Order: sequence, then structure tokens, then C-alpha cells
Amino acid sequence: MKKFISGWSLIRLFTLLVYIWMFTPIIAVVILSFNPQQFGSFPMEGFSFKWFVKLSHNSTILDAFKNSLVLGSCTAVLATGFGVPAAMAFIRYEFRGKEFLNTLLIAPIMVPEVVLGVALLLFIRWLQQPKSFALLLIGHVVLTLPYVLLIVQARLVGIKKEYEEAALSLGANPFQTFREITFPLLAPAIFAGMLFAFTISFDDVTATLFWATAQNQTVPVKIFGMLRNSISPEINALGTVMIILTVSIPLFAGYLARRFAKGK
Amino acid sequence: MKDKSWKPWALLAPSLTAVFFLLVVPICFVIVYSFWLRAPSGADIPAFQFGNYAKFFEDFFYPSILLSTLRVAFETVILCLIFGYIPAYFFYKTTSRFKPFLMLIVMLPFWISFIIRTLSWINILGDSGLINHLLLKFHVISSPLAMLYNEGAVIMGLLQYLLPFMILNIYVSLDGIDKSLTEAAKSLGCTEWQAFKEVTLPLSMPGVSAGCLLVFVLTCGTYLPPMILGGPGNEMIANLIFKRVIGTLDWPFGSAISVILMVLLMVIVYTYNRYMGIGQIFKTLSNES
Repeated sequence: MKKFISGWSLIRLFTLLVYIWMFTPIIAVVILSFNPQQFGSFPMEGFSFKWFVKLSHNSTILDAFKNSLVLGSCTAVLATGFGVPAAMAFIRYEFRGKEFLNTLLIAPIMVPEVVLGVALLLFIRWLQQPKSFALLLIGHVVLTLPYVLLIVQARLVGIKKEYEEAALSLGANPFQTFREITFPLLAPAIFAGMLFAFTISFDDVTATLFWATAQNQTVPVKIFGMLRNSISPEINALGTVMIILTVSIPLFAGYLARRFAKGK
Repeated sequence: MKDKSWKPWALLAPSLTAVFFLLVVPICFVIVYSFWLRAPSGADIPAFQFGNYAKFFEDFFYPSILLSTLRVAFETVILCLIFGYIPAYFFYKTTSRFKPFLMLIVMLPFWISFIIRTLSWINILGDSGLINHLLLKFHVISSPLAMLYNEGAVIMGLLQYLLPFMILNIYVSLDGIDKSLTEAAKSLGCTEWQAFKEVTLPLSMPGVSAGCLLVFVLTCGTYLPPMILGGPGNEMIANLIFKRVIGTLDWPFGSAISVILMVLLMVIVYTYNRYMGIGQIFKTLSNES
């Protein structure tokens, strides 16, 4: 027994070290963003919000933020708008070629993002369309659709078909059945799917770098551009804002979901 | 019962159209373009020839980048496995009342932007980064150590990006194991270690192999860590594609490299699917919410 306890404490220590390793660089970004010194590196020489103030006066960064938020929201709405009906089809109906089509819709996960970026850009170029916000949007929908589909499907499997059949046999039409029965039961998964689509879209850089232009930048693309002239305290400050935003959104959503569940 | 066979198709129509026109067709274009010629003026000329592929394999330059991509991907998989299994096992086994909080920590890295996680290593490994700062301060060294812009730094970045995927995959697989199985093994006289080795470890293999495949595929398709943390010698195959397409606008050659990368990954995924089944990855991904 004693041996097991020491084994377990080693496992605990190892886990702790792995997570310290994982979070130290991120904490360093946050700490350094408050360093008033010019070069964005250690040692800390005081504490100031000056880089955040400077960020808030930088109109290209504010534009990038606005772009990212609009893009992420549109992506979330479109990806769930496409993904939820598809998930219904796969779980509620039998038809030819189901397996194949399901794999096809999930395929974008398995295509390397760099290839996805090249492929869509090449296609748009062949159509002689300029790079635009629409290109970013359709690209992000393709990137996020498989995740929405997987999340909604996983939840839909657990919702008994009998509820829907009961509503139908009591005279509800299919749309009413969806609105009154399926949707409320499915809402947590739809919400999770939207959230996931939003965060993927908000974070993505690998494929987005192919599609973005100077006028249509997202925050990660902007950060990539700023990195060209080495790391600066401004990048650390922007990173801190991103971290706070992308961590607090799911936390807040989770909190809301829990309150909502309790309220019922 | 009236015929409802059109219904699933109506529900599927939007997604199928999107994936067909935004994924299938564009990838066909990549394949077609990979046979085209590039005029010295930079214009693309429709053709059917294997020059772009020949160019890739004509000397050792490009294949060596392909090989080093595979080597880095392999190293990353092994390191993710070593540094991922034990924490996953910890999260599975722990009886702490802080478990919901611990699970939050597992998910946290997924919510932090990839580019920030990558560039954050500059603050640690750079000439005036944390490590050099501390070593200089305590007079261990007299001039900063060069830790950035080498393969080690690239692997650090990749590891930080991919370790959460590995931990989550293994955790989901461990979490699905019936705990009474290890209890049974122990009541039959197994030690804790034997029970782990004979029962838990084999049953967690689907998660392990799904994690390995995911890490491998994601490593092969990314160019950011080598670009930000690597030096000129640490380029990977995705960097070549990025440079050809965005840098020199050489679409036909960029397409050919993309096709080579896709074929390589398809062979790997196919082999994996043959032996392990692809379902496990999707199972974990749908758990990520």
C-alpha cells in the first residue's frame, strides 16, 4: 500500500509539472503585457496599463477585433444552421449512402488545414473573385461544420425518437414537433456547437492566413503580421486581451448553462 | 405511410452543397493545378505533365524536408504520448473534490489561441526570455544561451499545441473503462501496477492510437511553429506550401506539394483505419464540448 501511495504522488507531481510547463509561457505573456519597458521582456520594471491604452488607440487592431467577432458569430450561426439539419438526417432517417456521406461531411477535420487554405483560395482565384469577407466566412464554415455535426449528432442519439413520434401522433406538424420537442432537448448541443464554431473561427490562423487581406484581417492574422518585427509588449498585451476573451466566453457560457439547468 | 425518402436529402442539402463546393471541388482544382505549367512570367498554363512532381523529387532538397517533417511529427507523437498519458491517467483516477475544476484545466488550453501559445515561447526561450534572464541573474551563464530558432524550440511549440489533444483522447478512452474491471483484477491478487498493465493499459489503447494519429496529422499540416520558433533549417512541408503559394505565387508547384502531403496523410489514415477504426477520434472530438 505504501508503494502505491508513493507511485500516486509521483503521478500527481508529474501532472503538476506538465501543466506548469504548459501554462508558464501563457502566464509570462500576461505578466509581460504589464511591463512598461520598451522591449517586452524580463525583468519587470514596474506595472502599467500603457500597452493596453496604446492598443485601444490602434484602429487596425480594433478593426481586426470587430472583424473577428462578426466573423466568429456569422460562422457559428451558419455552421449550426447547416449542421443541425444534417445531424437530424443522419440520426433520424435511413437512406442510401449514409455512412459515406457522414464521412464526407466530417472529412474537413482530416484534411490538413494548409491544404484547405490553398484549395479554397485556388478555387476563388479560378472564379476570378477577389479575397473578401465572404471568402473568410465560407472557409470558416467548412472548417467548423464537422465539429458542430459531431457535437449535435452525439446529443441527438441520446434523445428518444418516441417523443417526436408522440407529438406527431397528437397532431403536431413536423415543424411544430421540432420547435416544441426536439429543439428544447437539443438546445444545449446546438449552443455548444455554436460556441465551438465561434472559438475555432476566432482562433484560426493556419487557413485564415491564406484567405485574409489587409482590409479583412482577424486578430490572429494581425498578431502574425505584428510578429514580423519580433515580439513586442503590444503583442503581449493583445495576447492577454485574447486570452481573457477566449477563456471567459466558454466559462461564462458554462455558468449560464448551469444556471439555466437549475432554473428549470 | 407516405413516401418520405426526400426528407433526409432536404435536410442534408445545405451541408452537402457547402462541403461539395467548398471542399471537394477546390481539392479537385488542387489536383488539376498540380499538373499545370508555370510560365516564366508567372502565368499558369493548363497542361498535363508531371514536371512539378519531378521537380519535387529531382534532388534531395524537398524530399529531405518531407522526411524531416515526418521525423518531427514522429518525435512530437512520442513526446505527447509520454507527457500525455500520465496526466490523463491522473485525471481519470483522481478522487479529488476539485475534479470539475481539474477538468476545466484540461479544456483550458483549447480555448487559448494557437498563435499566442506559439509565440509565448519567445518570452521563455528568447535571448531576454525568462530562462536566460534567470540564468544571467544568478550568474550561471555570462551570455544568453541560444534556445530559439532550432528544432527543439519548434518541438516545444508543437508539444504545447498538441498535448491537450493527446490528454483528452486518452482521458476519454480511460473514462469509458468499467472501474469494476480493475477492482476484479485486484481482488484476484493483482498488484496496482499489474492491474494497470493487464487491464487499464490495453483498454485505453483506442484513445492512445486515436491521439497519436490526430497529433501526427495536425503536425504534418501546420506551418506556424516552424515559422515562429524555428530557424531556416527547421522548415516543414506545410511551410513549403505556404511559401510557394503566398510567397512566390507558384500555384502549380504549391499544388503538387499539397497533393504529395495529402497522399501521404491518406496512406497513414487509411492504414490506421484498417487496423484501429477511425471512430474513436470522432468520439473524442464530439466530447470536446
